[in-house]
Amino acid sequence: MEEKPFSDITYEQYLKEEKLMGSRCTECDASYVPPRSICVKCFSSDMEWVQMKGTGRLAAFTCITIAPPFMIAQGYNRKNPYISGVVELEEGGRVDARIEGLNPNKPEDIKVGMPLRVKYLHTEVDGKKETYLAFEPL
Amino acid sequence: MPKRRKLGRGVAIVGAGMSKFGMFKDKDSKDLFADAFRELIVSVDKGFDPKEIDALYLGNFSNDYFMHQSHWGPIISDLVGIAPKPATRTEGACASSALAFREGVFAIASGFYDIVLVGGVEEMSKRTTEEVAEGLALATVPYEGRAGFTFPGVFGAVATAYFAKYGANHEHLMNITIKSHNNAPLNPKAQFPVTIKDLMNKKKESLIKREGTAPDWQTEKDFLADPRANPVVAWPMHLFDCCPISDGASCMLLVAEEIAKNFTDDPITVAGLGQGSGRGFHASDDLTYFEATRYAAQEAYGMSGLTPDDIQFSEVHDCFSIAELVHVEDLGFFKPGEGYKAIAEGATRLDGPKPINTSGGLKCKGHPVGATGISQLYEVWTQLRAKAGPRQVPVGDLRIGGAHNLGGTGGTCTFTILERK
Repeated sequence: MEEKPFSDITYEQYLKEEKLMGSRCTECDASYVPPRSICVKCFSSDMEWVQMKGTGRLAAFTCITIAPPFMIAQGYNRKNPYISGVVELEEGGRVDARIEGLNPNKPEDIKVGMPLRVKYLHTEVDGKKETYLAFEPL
Repeated sequence: MPKRRKLGRGVAIVGAGMSKFGMFKDKDSKDLFADAFRELIVSVDKGFDPKEIDALYLGNFSNDYFMHQSHWGPIISDLVGIAPKPATRTEGACASSALAFREGVFAIASGFYDIVLVGGVEEMSKRTTEEVAEGLALATVPYEGRAGFTFPGVFGAVATAYFAKYGANHEHLMNITIKSHNNAPLNPKAQFPVTIKDLMNKKKESLIKREGTAPDWQTEKDFLADPRANPVVAWPMHLFDCCPISDGASCMLLVAEEIAKNFTDDPITVAGLGQGSGRGFHASDDLTYFEATRYAAQEAYGMSGLTPDDIQFSEVHDCFSIAELVHVEDLGFFKPGEGYKAIAEGATRLDGPKPINTSGGLKCKGHPVGATGISQLYEVWTQLRAKAGPRQVPVGDLRIGGAHNLGGTGGTCTFTILERK
């Protein structure tokens, strides 16, 4: 079976299927999430897909009050902030993700290093379906 | 480590200008660049004929988005009367005009041109805050945008990582805000030429007038800690941690060092140039520094043979308070994790051992993104020529200054060292 392209498009398609996928270089074993199609360690293009367990720790975060238009369309604004974060995965590597299940109005209670697990946010705005990578407390 | 680099021949700055920065309803990009260019013409001590300019390099990030008008190189070359001489636009997000400066330097150093105009322009204020946030977010990496990160959001996240690693907190960032606001009233080009203390007292007066009572703010930090005065934008970035939305333009006249004396007896030369690119915040080795800034700094120090201790003062890209903190460490002025302590002791004040952002920085001078890089170099040029008036760095023999510019979320970083020989 031919591998799907190691691209951002495929990465997003896998998220819709509730899979967090990265690529691994079959030459030197380096792995990448989000996926890379060219290994930047040995410059091989022989990659394979690997599925992440979806657990990790919060490496950095922010609670956003002034939201961009696409987040405003999802109902977020100055009175209804949301959390974006960087998550360090158990397998290594980091991903940008929304952080759910914590109170964005109480950022002092959110701790860098706290354990998280993956969650997939399926949204529909004006008939357009999107899936966003998110994490929530374990 | 970058290779040790050198220019094919020396390059000098012999003139510079910048518009006032701010939000201008009745001025567009051309009007602002004209303001900057008029000042540049009179800044050349021995005068010059603009028709002698060989080429223009112009930094502009996103007037395409902000003004629905692209292709600014020829528009500006026509404005300043040098068309049909060539015009090239550079784009490196908020570092766009630092790239224009570099291209101008390289063009002269290669021997191809002798006299080059470099500049930057951006017009942002005719959009809503949310639209500007979206426009700037075009310069994040795709994964950041999808996760809802805005620019203040990415830097807020840098702050949480820095706080967790080194034990700093938001109060430490207030020192940076207060310092920048103390410098800005001394800069006639600044968008917010007002101290935090004056802002606090004005706000108190207006609240007493309107509501009969006001919060009991005793110090600037009381004021900055009160969410009514300083609301959250992207925690822990509050309003006063963030640079404003601005319009503005800046420009410089570069010439081959061998002909500089035809223009001025006081040229400022390019001693070190560095530029790095980043991999996206999430992919960095560490979330508490910017790899691209460290690379740019190494390149500039290597070329100049100078060390961080030799840099007497510097403009540092403070799009957010945490950015100034992280970058003064990345540039080697302070050890990693030590910057916030040095800043708390006043090291970066105008009268401190390492003055940072004597202009008021992006925070108070303003940040018309495409114009910022050359406006920083304008400040260094002005200081080195001892023409900064009340904000002049109080050191007798000011000889070496730096300017650090950052684009995107660390995607493009430059460090430039200027010298008065």
